[in-house]
Amino acid sequence: MNEKHKKALVKGNDAVAMGAIEAGCRFYFGYPITPQNEIPEYMAAHLSDGRGTFIQAESEIASINMLLGASATGARAMTSSSSPGISLKQEGLSYMAGSEIPGVVVNMSRSGPGLGGISPSQGDYFQATRGGGHGDYRVFVLAPDSVQECYDLTMLAFDMAEKYRNPVLILGDAMLGQMKESLDPKTYRPTGTFDKSWILTGAKARPGRFLKSLYLDDGELTEHNWKLYRKYLKMREDVRYEALWLEDAELVVVAFGSMARVLKSSVDMAREEGLKVGLIRPITLYPFPEVFIRGTSRHIRHFLVMELNTGQMVEDVKLSAEPGARVDFFGLPPGMLPAPDVLLGEIKKVYPSAASAPKERS
Amino acid sequence: MKQVFKRPECLIDVPFHFCPGCHHGLVHRLVAEAIDEFQLREKTIIAASVGCSVFMYDYFDVDVVESPHGRAPAVATGVKRARPDAFVFTYQGDGDLAAIGTSEIIHTANRGEKVTVFFVNNTIYGMTGGQMAPTTMIDQISTTTPYGRDPEEAGYPLHMAELLAMLPGTAYSARVAVNSVKNLMQAKKATKRAVQTQLDRAGFSFVEYLSACPTNWKMSTEAANRRVQEELIPCFPLGVFKDRRAGQGEDPKRAKE
Repeated sequence: MNEKHKKALVKGNDAVAMGAIEAGCRFYFGYPITPQNEIPEYMAAHLSDGRGTFIQAESEIASINMLLGASATGARAMTSSSSPGISLKQEGLSYMAGSEIPGVVVNMSRSGPGLGGISPSQGDYFQATRGGGHGDYRVFVLAPDSVQECYDLTMLAFDMAEKYRNPVLILGDAMLGQMKESLDPKTYRPTGTFDKSWILTGAKARPGRFLKSLYLDDGELTEHNWKLYRKYLKMREDVRYEALWLEDAELVVVAFGSMARVLKSSVDMAREEGLKVGLIRPITLYPFPEVFIRGTSRHIRHFLVMELNTGQMVEDVKLSAEPGARVDFFGLPPGMLPAPDVLLGEIKKVYPSAASAPKERS
Repeated sequence: MKQVFKRPECLIDVPFHFCPGCHHGLVHRLVAEAIDEFQLREKTIIAASVGCSVFMYDYFDVDVVESPHGRAPAVATGVKRARPDAFVFTYQGDGDLAAIGTSEIIHTANRGEKVTVFFVNNTIYGMTGGQMAPTTMIDQISTTTPYGRDPEEAGYPLHMAELLAMLPGTAYSARVAVNSVKNLMQAKKATKRAVQTQLDRAGFSFVEYLSACPTNWKMSTEAANRRVQEELIPCFPLGVFKDRRAGQGEDPKRAKE
């Protein structure tokens, strides 16, 4: 094992930056915002002096458009920010989706609305999974729950961006970005080979190419939107989730990111007390693991969705579950991160599930 | 017999969609001639903008990426950093560059990005139907200044060529017009100089073209051409405001001292 691949105690933000560089990202554009500043700082340290390009842009808007430009030439490029900055990037994301330009965007989200605060929150779920900007488009969304996944999923993000010629968003939060854990910095191995016939290189011995999202002729834009839609359907082949303790479960808790991380302890505690509780953690928030949740809901009829917001992913779980399955929700708006025993208390409030009709409980 | 005039080779043989008397066609041609003369067709990547000039890819047989409104200089920055050997330029109107894109143009120039910006200033939003632009002249009538631009309410026309010339990252900044043969010759010279500046990696280069918009000015093509001479040029003086290698303007390293 060489020095580069030695296990180390690393912050989530640094793990993202390390994963990006390992995956061949040599262009980074960003703007300072808490709680993700370690990412641009790491990239500045590792991409300056001729090893790549680091630009501290004048705004998040400029950053996303620099990403658009660099990615248009086929380069692996990244920008990162946190919630208010991600709002500013939505225009660029919409253009990238429309022009089918890949690129990796990291949202180490904070809490809103408005300036909000810097505490962990999952209030950006809708923005991340519904496109976020104008128009009928989607971005591929990866939600890590550990420092190791911050590293691994960032490497995967570059592959998914090129595979689908689409922006990929990594949705973490203040907790994941700021906490330190042991990281095994694995060697990057591409998950496939990706078509580069569209990139702009200068029209050497060929006609000019263009990357655009403007379609004005009759029917052109309709066809373009259908083409994008088919691509979003195809993304389902790369859906990812973690499923734990489902075999005999009577209640399935569904959570992502840092909430899922805390819940793993809560579910562990529930199991120790003999409660038959399982956990589903969507890792890709878009594409959402709806087929898996639908299948699960045929034999486990009770779900409890837990989020650090007042109810966003719960809508996707309700849309995925078979009719008749019960979907409860527990949400915590930003400001505090719940302890495992608090969440265990919430689990006990809806368990046992015989309680599909809770009023019958005596 | 020697051929003295032809369609530039990097232009696709289709008619421009521009209105009669519009100067975009002339500026397109000047840029295309420069690409041909420097033999840059196979090295060019354009960051197109939003406005009447959005259809660059319909006319130029080169690689083009579309940018969001005002963001072309940031897109060009990304392209140029990833492809330092490419010839990268934006082509933007006054609403795109001097209103919504003010931040991007100033910071791109200030970083001294080795890109070229061709800026068409016709003092009005053309594509959207003649609203006030940041470059609309005092008392000029537009659909959103129906009584003329009143600086008390709407401020003053922005002078981009002078403004950008002040920045140490800018190596070349000029303002030209294309309303007469004499001015066209100057405009061609400035266009080539801006291209040469990028090829020499001397810094950011910028050419502002004063242009007519007869449709939205609600004028005949002749009257619009006269207006460029009689109103635009007095408001926006022509000239080279900076040409670093010609000894004008500061050295960026010394600007730090």
